[in-house]
Amino acid sequence: MTSSLTHPQVSGGPTGSALLEVDDLHVEFRTDYGVVNAVNGISYTLSAGETLAILGESGCGKSVSAQTIMGILDSPPGFVTGGEIRYQGRDLLQMSAKEQRDIRGEEISIVFQDALSSLNPVFTVGMQIGEMFRRHRGYSRGDAKKAAVELMDRVRIPSAKERVGDYPHQFSGGMRQRVMIAMAIALDPAILIADEPTTALDVTVQAQIMDLLGELQRDTGMGLILITHDLAVVGEIADRIAVMYAGRIVETGATDAVFGAPAMPYTQGLMASIARVDQKGQRLNPIVGAPPNLAALPTGCPFHPRCPRATPRCPTELPLLREVVPGRRAACHYAEEVLGV
Amino acid sequence: MARYIARRLLLAIPVLFGASFLIFAMVFALPGDPIRALAGERALPAAVQAQLNEEYNLNDPLLVQYGKYVAGLAQGDLGEDFRGRPVSDILEQTVPVTVKLSLVALAFEAVFGLIAGVLAGIRQKSFFDSLVLVTTTLVVSIPVFVLGFVAQYVLGLKLGIFPIAGVASGFSGYLLPGFVLAALSLAYVARLTRTALVENLRNDYVRTAKAKGLSPMSVVGKHTLRNSLIPVVTFLGADLGALLSGAVVTEGIFNIPGLGRAVFQAIQNQEGTVVVGIVTLFVFVYILFNLLVDVLYAALDPRIRYE
Repeated sequence: MTSSLTHPQVSGGPTGSALLEVDDLHVEFRTDYGVVNAVNGISYTLSAGETLAILGESGCGKSVSAQTIMGILDSPPGFVTGGEIRYQGRDLLQMSAKEQRDIRGEEISIVFQDALSSLNPVFTVGMQIGEMFRRHRGYSRGDAKKAAVELMDRVRIPSAKERVGDYPHQFSGGMRQRVMIAMAIALDPAILIADEPTTALDVTVQAQIMDLLGELQRDTGMGLILITHDLAVVGEIADRIAVMYAGRIVETGATDAVFGAPAMPYTQGLMASIARVDQKGQRLNPIVGAPPNLAALPTGCPFHPRCPRATPRCPTELPLLREVVPGRRAACHYAEEVLGV
Repeated sequence: MARYIARRLLLAIPVLFGASFLIFAMVFALPGDPIRALAGERALPAAVQAQLNEEYNLNDPLLVQYGKYVAGLAQGDLGEDFRGRPVSDILEQTVPVTVKLSLVALAFEAVFGLIAGVLAGIRQKSFFDSLVLVTTTLVVSIPVFVLGFVAQYVLGLKLGIFPIAGVASGFSGYLLPGFVLAALSLAYVARLTRTALVENLRNDYVRTAKAKGLSPMSVVGKHTLRNSLIPVVTFLGADLGALLSGAVVTEGIFNIPGLGRAVFQAIQNQEGTVVVGIVTLFVFVYILFNLLVDVLYAALDPRIRYE
């Protein structure tokens, strides 16, 4: 497969400057019920200091692609069946297990959705943050603890010094997510992946956590991959967005441009489905139907059974991600019409 | 925590009284005359029989007998057997033997059970995993005395690796009986550890540990094992009681002069004071280890706190 032709790069700048390049990545799950095609050839790049939001419904493959980049995909059942993930030009998938582990946490780190279950209940938060320094920097126990206190201060956990010896269950949800973030940014990683970092939190706490992530990114210049289904969050901090559907990227572009005028009916549907205060009392506009079964994808465009614009061409021909206008790509045969150009 | 332990120990007192009374009543209810049995084939002269019955309070009703026993206890007197040997002497001689045997068994269980369980758990569906599954099933289905005699015959008599019986040779005499005593529980520990580990490996925090770049060794040994130990520790604590009663059979096979053999003989001779003394000790150890397990919980899992 000539990936460069069929799967053009989703790029914010020249390929040379990219920190991370995901190229035609394929991931499948081999289960007792058959093969589930979770990620079907996604490509994107991330530059330093950039925020890329990966947007999509549950089960569209966004978390799986993140776990694959981290190298923490459970295998079996998950298998990478094709593609490359280049970090600073080197393919992570070709590295030895030891090389991959050295990059994990040190160069690329991740914040998970549910901090309560993602933190180990039997160790103090100080130990869990300090473990980053012990593993990658060879700190002593005492130095690691000091470093943990500093980090807890940095993510604004009150009275960090007193709380460093507390256990995860003694913190509130927002504070626990701050602990997760402290752990992830401990070693100044070049890339931070935030996998639905605010989904499990109250709305007010959500805003605080997003502000914190944005601030940390400005301070450190790290590249941020924000995985979410929350459009409001995306609009606030993402430079670019990539919309995923059924394991593919179906639209990408600068956040404002995509929000202003989607080029793909699925993105349009997503935008129309959010509840808006200024439309109080009106009916919501959900996208009809359910996301496709990844074990038995529809032929042609995977969105065609739910698409209001579907034509006879859609079930037969898979639309490739292509440039519609400069800087905008979409995977729809009728992207120009959708966009109105 | 200290208050919690004190309260639990206070609660042990009524339990010990209840247990000792029940055992006393059961021995009392045993059919047959222990004094007459003592003499064997020939009948004792009526005067001797009456004197012995008097001496051991055997003519009194149950409650009076028990009352006299407790009154003796209060003065530190555990009573004596029909040969006039104080129960305290019997305990002094047999307790160290059984403690050694149980500790050897507990060590076998904990060390080999955990290792087998962990290796099977991290290599699910591998050859080793299947081997553990088959072996443990086999061990669980074989009665202890069969295992004991086979081990004694093969490893002791035929191969001569271990002493056949007795503890005269010192520590090596405890190894084979200790292993036989441990076998059943070892199988349970292996299976429990495997199940707990497999379950815990699916937890989100294991994924976090991997994402930190930790080695597989730390991910399993540090982040998963401690959480998996909770059910295993519960089992080991409760199992100590089973080890003590299992010692009755094992000590019999290997002719080990421990508590198990002493209590077995005492039951045969209907020596109430000896049976009550030893079994009440079993009950006390059982209570103590259950308390220890609860204290260990708090050490293993910080979410558990006792007031």
